Amino acid sequence: MLRYTVNRVLLMIPTLIGVAVLVFFLLRVVPGDIVEVKLRGDGGNVSQATVEMERKRLGLDRPILTQFGDWMVGMAKGDLGISMWTERPVIEEISLRLELSLQVALMATFIAVLLAIPMGTLAALFRDTWIDYTVRILTIGGISIPAFWFGMLIMLSLLAFFNWLPPITFTPIYVDPIANLTQLIWPAMAVGYRYCAVVARMIRSSLLEVLNEDYIRTARAKGVYERTVISRHALRNALLPAITVIGLEFTFLIGGLVVTEQVFNLNGIGQLFVQSVSRNDFMLIQGMVMLIAAFYVFVNLIIDLLYAVFDPRIRYG
Amino acid sequence: MNIVETPLGAQAREPKTDAAAPLLEVVDLHTEFVTARGIVRAVEGVSFTVRRGEVVAIVGESGSGKSVTALSIMRLLPRQSARIPKGRIVFDGRSLLDLDDEQMRKLRGRDISMIFQEPMTSLNPILTIGLQITEPLKIHLGMTDAQAQARAVELLGLVGIPDPEGRLEQYPHQFSGGMRQRVMIAIGLACNPKLIIADEPTTALDVTIQAQILELMKNLSRKLNIALIIITHNLGVVARYADRVIVLYAARVAEQGSADAVFHRPRHPYSMGLLRSVPRLDRPRGAKLETIEGLPPNLVDGSSGCRFAPRCPYRIAVCDQEPPLSPTDTGGFSRCHRHAEIATGKITWAAAEGKAEITAATSAEPLLSVRNLSKYFPVGGGWRRDRVVRAVEDVSFDIFPGETLGLVGESGCGKTTVGRLILHLETPTKGSIRLAGIDLASATAADLKTMRRKVQVIFQDPYSSLNPRMTVGQIVGEPLHVYRIVPGAQQAEARVAELLENVGLRREMAERYPHQLSGGQRQRVGIARALAMEPSFIVCDEAVSALDVSIQGQIINLLEELQRKYGLAYLFIAHDLAVVRHISLRVVVMYFGRIMEVADRDTLYREPLHPYTKVLLDAAPVPDPTIEKGREPRLIKGELPSHLAPPAGCVFNTRCPIASQECREVVPPLEQKKPGHYAACIKV
Repeated sequence: MLRYTVNRVLLMIPTLIGVAVLVFFLLRVVPGDIVEVKLRGDGGNVSQATVEMERKRLGLDRPILTQFGDWMVGMAKGDLGISMWTERPVIEEISLRLELSLQVALMATFIAVLLAIPMGTLAALFRDTWIDYTVRILTIGGISIPAFWFGMLIMLSLLAFFNWLPPITFTPIYVDPIANLTQLIWPAMAVGYRYCAVVARMIRSSLLEVLNEDYIRTARAKGVYERTVISRHALRNALLPAITVIGLEFTFLIGGLVVTEQVFNLNGIGQLFVQSVSRNDFMLIQGMVMLIAAFYVFVNLIIDLLYAVFDPRIRYG
Repeated sequence: MNIVETPLGAQAREPKTDAAAPLLEVVDLHTEFVTARGIVRAVEGVSFTVRRGEVVAIVGESGSGKSVTALSIMRLLPRQSARIPKGRIVFDGRSLLDLDDEQMRKLRGRDISMIFQEPMTSLNPILTIGLQITEPLKIHLGMTDAQAQARAVELLGLVGIPDPEGRLEQYPHQFSGGMRQRVMIAIGLACNPKLIIADEPTTALDVTIQAQILELMKNLSRKLNIALIIITHNLGVVARYADRVIVLYAARVAEQGSADAVFHRPRHPYSMGLLRSVPRLDRPRGAKLETIEGLPPNLVDGSSGCRFAPRCPYRIAVCDQEPPLSPTDTGGFSRCHRHAEIATGKITWAAAEGKAEITAATSAEPLLSVRNLSKYFPVGGGWRRDRVVRAVEDVSFDIFPGETLGLVGESGCGKTTVGRLILHLETPTKGSIRLAGIDLASATAADLKTMRRKVQVIFQDPYSSLNPRMTVGQIVGEPLHVYRIVPGAQQAEARVAELLENVGLRREMAERYPHQLSGGQRQRVGIARALAMEPSFIVCDEAVSALDVSIQGQIINLLEELQRKYGLAYLFIAHDLAVVRHISLRVVVMYFGRIMEVADRDTLYREPLHPYTKVLLDAAPVPDPTIEKGREPRLIKGELPSHLAPPAGCVFNTRCPIASQECREVVPPLEQKKPGHYAACIKV
């Protein structure tokens, strides 16, 4: 198990280096850079000499391999560089937003999993009854309704029924939990609905499959209580594929919530991403891509380790 | 160790009810399934009784309703689709069909337990063996963790699992198939039940392991006085086990009686045919297998009259009416109008016509010549990839035109890999394969293309080896188009029709899809597809093992007929010794990747030299209760060694009854011990 984990962690390194190479050189292939956006973006007329000077100041005039080398060396030391727009450290820029995005993602996951397990299980156990149909309608709704639209609906309902809107400014949870939760619970619900629908459908289908397995018949033939058959024998096996879906959806929530963040006016990773791209802020874009890639790889590692915890065939395989 | 005497076992037993009454009584049981295509009457009017401590076998082909009967008794049928409209099941004085779910649950695993066919999938992969064994003990007997643990250790010891304490914490995937089936038996025995229903308990296992498991179940049921219902299609297993036999055909009881009566004096044409259509190790080999022609009826359309009549050679006018299950002279029951005539010997199963013996063209030049063939597969992930599994090691043999070479061995012996190497689906690690003088390793692309045409394959599983989205005509016609064997579309169609007729299918079948065919018909399509290439050599990889007995005989006869007609050579890979004996001229016995023995069919089966061959022949059950019950089985000890840690010296030394120190040091070469008889053993 330990060797497996170490192996998996070591394999993360080449993946991340690959991502770094890709994002760095792809950005350089696209014409235009931050200086152009900064100085000439609004149709301002700035002399070529000023542009060159600004380029020199930001280090963009150096050979491309030198730039890449510096960036890689910096990353190895845990330094993602300085944002070319705000001129503050990239890590600082990101960490402000990450706190918010991570919290929304975690809350959405919590809501989704909490609802999806009973929904999926009930739908499978009462297959083709009104319970199953209800779950089916709810989950198909969750998958087809865009999260931002559902978010708008939530906001409008709050306004219409309670004449109240959640706070706009972000308060960290350790400062004021109530203010924090009253702001973030709504976006978490908006994205959690879709999330829950995906997971519930997964649990339903994998539970139906597991219930047809021979070992379920064995358990029943042993005279095991039906609820134990479901909880101990069936559900534990059925949750394995759901773990993958939960993990993948979770990584999507970090950085993938551009529009939903707009709706709720949240200053999250998604917004920062869009901003940095429109400003051609190379350092920030690179930093965020690396962050999301690292996050993705890390969550996948967690999924695999969870698999090993739940499935002895992998643990001892 | 006798568990009846343990205090827990004793306390668990309820006071015996009337000892003379049968333990289980099934009366006029009807079970049906509601499907999209109509109501399938899977069991129709089945009645039988099981006395305490008795071993009863239910025999039948697939779809005869034997498993459904068992699941009906356990009330484990799928809730949505199955129903029991009629019938009575009385167990130990209680009517099972009248119990509510909770009462039934209390009975399952406590008084009746069940052992299933697939040991690989019947245990929960993510729970420990210990938990799975102790579960019923805690539920039914209210044992504490410690008590249940102790009992589980006792049970594992009882079913012959070494080091039981250490294995409780292990998971099913750490056990071999045979060991898992032992665990299943331990679970079945856990609460000391009165009845165990075993549904094909050894079908998925190798012959040597099958013999171990059968012996174990027989001994345990005697020792603990547990009644046993054994469901199987294997007549040899029945003969070894059963006191009484119930033969099911198409959802009804065809015949029932004592094992001796049914095997020696069958009173129903179906039982007679079934017994004659199995190739047998205990009888001289007949020229042609006798078969029951035709197919079992479709259970959706309820036909009137005798179910077997369409396939019965003794059909008369009265057979249009359903025969009653009536008592026979042997003390059993038969559902045949003419059972009295059978009893007086007026009706006997006609010997099959045609005495044509297959004779290989005595050509000096072998068609296929395999020399020192080895195939290693790399194993293990991570950074080291140097470990290998030696799937095939130093295998050499020849096949002459028109000859059938049998290749027998248990699972994991490398027989399928040899087939795949010959088909050029795998590249050999060492050694050479020459086909009609061309070395496959150095062959050009054009040579390979010709060779691919000349060598064809028939696979084991007729269900998954045909593309479900293609019609039979497209499947059989595909090679014709790919290789441009016939000039145009019309000729191709004519050729497909001809091929289908050659394998005994009507030409209209070309329009159908594989799922509309039965298993035997699909296998015929597979053969027609192979024949389309006009091959000279066909690899038959377990080509008949998935088929029912009566269908198996038909396919074997077809293969032999085609061999005579087209001069085909076969490599017949199988695990069933009797089938291999029937079809092959020479036989190669493999074990753990190596050849153990090669000889003429008759020599090999009459005087086997290698201890492994002897053990294999000993382990194979023979469909004759007198022989089976008379003989003391010499059981092969142990299981197949791990491919990751192969034994030093002779690969068989870990299980060999005559192995000595020398066998653990020297790898025995395959030597000619007698003319034409080779064996790899230093002791013979």
